Amino acid sequence: MSLKRIDLLICCGSGCISAGSLKVKERFLELLTEKGITSEVNIIETGCMGPCDYGPVIVVYPEGIFYKSVKPEDVEEIVTEHFLKGRPVKRLMLKEEEKLVASQKEIPFYQKQVKVALANCGFINPESMEEYIATGGYEALGTVLTTMNPQQVIDVIKASGLRGRGGGGFPTHIKWQLVHDLESEEKYIICNGDEGDPGAFMDRSVLEGDPHRIIEGMMIGAYAIGATKGFFYIRAEYPLAIKRIRNALKQAKEAGLMGDNIFGSNFSFDAEVRTGAGAFVCGEETALIQSIQGERGNPTPKPPYPAVKGLWDKPTVVNNVETFANVPTILMKGADWFASMGTETSKGTKVFALTGDVNNTGLVEVPMGITLRELIFDVGGGMANGHEFKAVQLGGPSGGCLTREHLDVPVDYETLKERGAMMGSGGVIVMNDQKCMVNVAKFFIGFCMDESCGKCSPCRLGLKHMYNILDRITKGEGKEGDLEELQNLGETISKISLCGLGQTAPNPVLSTIRYFREEYESHIRDHSCQTKVCTDLFHFMIDKDRCIGCSLCARKCPVSCISGSREDKYTISQTECIKCGNCQDVCPVKAIDRIPGMHPDVQKQLLEKQNTITEEE
Amino acid sequence: MKTLADLKKIREKAQEEMKLRDGKVRIKIVVGMGTSGIAMGARDVMKTFLEEISNRNLTDVLVTQTGEKGLSSMEPVVDVIEEGKPKVTYGNMTPEKARRVVVEHIVNGRVVSDYVVATGD
Amino acid sequence: MYKEICEKYAPEKDNLIYILHDIQDNHPQHYIPEEAVQVVSEYLNIPTNHIYGVLTFYTMYSTKPRGKNIIRLCESPPCYIKGSTNVLRKLKTILGINTGETTKDGMFTLELCSCLGVCGNAPIMMINEDVYGDLTEEKVEEIIDKVRRGNQ
Repeated sequence: MSLKRIDLLICCGSGCISAGSLKVKERFLELLTEKGITSEVNIIETGCMGPCDYGPVIVVYPEGIFYKSVKPEDVEEIVTEHFLKGRPVKRLMLKEEEKLVASQKEIPFYQKQVKVALANCGFINPESMEEYIATGGYEALGTVLTTMNPQQVIDVIKASGLRGRGGGGFPTHIKWQLVHDLESEEKYIICNGDEGDPGAFMDRSVLEGDPHRIIEGMMIGAYAIGATKGFFYIRAEYPLAIKRIRNALKQAKEAGLMGDNIFGSNFSFDAEVRTGAGAFVCGEETALIQSIQGERGNPTPKPPYPAVKGLWDKPTVVNNVETFANVPTILMKGADWFASMGTETSKGTKVFALTGDVNNTGLVEVPMGITLRELIFDVGGGMANGHEFKAVQLGGPSGGCLTREHLDVPVDYETLKERGAMMGSGGVIVMNDQKCMVNVAKFFIGFCMDESCGKCSPCRLGLKHMYNILDRITKGEGKEGDLEELQNLGETISKISLCGLGQTAPNPVLSTIRYFREEYESHIRDHSCQTKVCTDLFHFMIDKDRCIGCSLCARKCPVSCISGSREDKYTISQTECIKCGNCQDVCPVKAIDRIPGMHPDVQKQLLEKQNTITEEE
Repeated sequence: MKTLADLKKIREKAQEEMKLRDGKVRIKIVVGMGTSGIAMGARDVMKTFLEEISNRNLTDVLVTQTGEKGLSSMEPVVDVIEEGKPKVTYGNMTPEKARRVVVEHIVNGRVVSDYVVATGD
Repeated sequence: MYKEICEKYAPEKDNLIYILHDIQDNHPQHYIPEEAVQVVSEYLNIPTNHIYGVLTFYTMYSTKPRGKNIIRLCESPPCYIKGSTNVLRKLKTILGINTGETTKDGMFTLELCSCLGVCGNAPIMMINEDVYGDLTEEKVEEIIDKVRRGNQ
């Protein structure tokens, strides 16, 4: 039976051999025999292991310890101390190199960040309440409940300038004051965790990474407004966030931080989790309330606002996850500290989600007032893959696109609105010069159209109509007057839709028409997509001068629309081409190009089809 | 927990444990296990660390988890924390890289600079 | 079986969403059959048409049988601009189905969905509760293979 418990690897690369590794091996064999442990040690000669400057090098497993510059005189110590007594010989171990690794303080990604809502994310174990407490958790709640009255709490939030972080940017203290002032036997507080904005994932991150912070923020809010029951409404697409909040609630209850007479005060509170089931519109507060009540998530008209008549017709405050995440720190560090960051109208920090064609995608928390240039090029690390910046979509499907000329705009609620964009939840989708803005606008409107609850006609029918126009334009069927119709429709839908979804859905279209009009016109007038994205508005061409007649493209074409010969070279039948791009991918000499615009053959076919339709009519 | 004084006691005890001062844990390996990290393979990285630590019988090394730091493009992200040394943050980790980190950094004290995305707090 | 699931919750209308999720998650074909709707209607004392109203409103519920593994590929803008169309094309090819369909062996259903909130690692898909990021055509093939083997 093999009793080998140690693997001894001795480097026998030429560097180590010339440094004497074979003599080291001999010495090992002698000593292992002397100590009677040859059956326990497996000696393996290896090729070069790497750190040649430190030869002879040996490695001992199972631990994987590297010993450097081993001489025959060292072998006895290794065998007696390490093999027999289990004590590795520190003086011979290969130590850390003196290479400089950049400190966080020097890296632009970190330099401009100030973490408030994200303070603990990525540092503490989110399943440990003790670790949250170690960073100062629940100190704010304890102080509030034992030394402040509800009005004083609201006053602090007012002085801090905290505005709702979910998108509306509504001053938090106003909602809290309204509900605080109302007499009611029951009041509710709800955490809106239905983050559905494409490009936003900060709420998910905080719910997963620092659940107790949200609970503490909610409880402080509940105390301020006089609510004794709270709900976390979390979208079902976030199973980990649901699990972490449920776990944290359980821990808080077991520790007496939730329940009756918290911190020995008169304040009692309980909270539970409710989930969504896949409906973006449930991020709208009235739709969310309908959902909690077991209904379809149709928004209801405002007024009455939830603050007056919300969940089960009782006064209700609905706040976003990030809003709650700021509350404990504001109470501990003070309103002045929070208000010292940001701009005149937008105090504090904001978490932005950088996505798209930028190097550093992820979540960043910066003081309001940072410019887009700093956000994208410093913190974001600039454009990925060497492409040029073209546009940035801010605020998801409710927001608008901004361009190169806006890069030095300081980001805050008001400055963005003035330029047709929106802070929204903080999604920042960066786009490079390979993107077609008409196509992007179509996708955003398509998203809102799919997510429309269907209750009001302007949204239900109007968005579909806008989508159809954009679809036609991207297929080369755009007409004069389409842009004006999109603008009229967009402005009307914004004015008369029932809820925020419909009211803001036209924004991406309106802002792209405003800043990229020539791109739209090129699609409509010239039937050409300059970025070669819209499949009907560009075509593939084989350059006969570069083509070597290998026929690989013809063989890979899924619709067999490429024909030719070695002598005549190859040609694509444009009217049959499905624009899959296989031919371009496989061509060994890169002889196939994408050319903006419809091929004349395709244009001719389209014209014939249109004439036929006109004749039939 | 009924008073702020009770909270303080828990806080102080937890702070001691987190700083590795009681000597039971020499190195803490913290794997980012937010959905971003998991979508990029953090579970396998975590599993590898646990296996390697166990195979080597390293009883003074603790493997634990955390949420997302926000470095989506560098997930899976792993912190290595040792008392008296700057924290090392590794990015774009894979099970293979995890094995190398255990051998070189955890056991032999050599930071694998190729994988580091940042150091310090 | 459906009655047992219902009885885990108080018979109040606002537990409807939970009950529907529970029934669907526990059904091998990941859907809510007609007979389940009847049971829920009686338990909560609300009309079946209300329940269907809710079922058809929320996109995560299905009234039709589906496969063992529900693949949900995000088609929202951040994933689209990072190439989700290529991933979709690959999935359709390797599974041999279109969106909204289930493979003949009942193993996979392919669906498109709205933003899953992991946009920093786009393109993203979920298979049941597991999330996969930074998808490429090669990766997707490996993932489907792995899930298939894991199910055998």
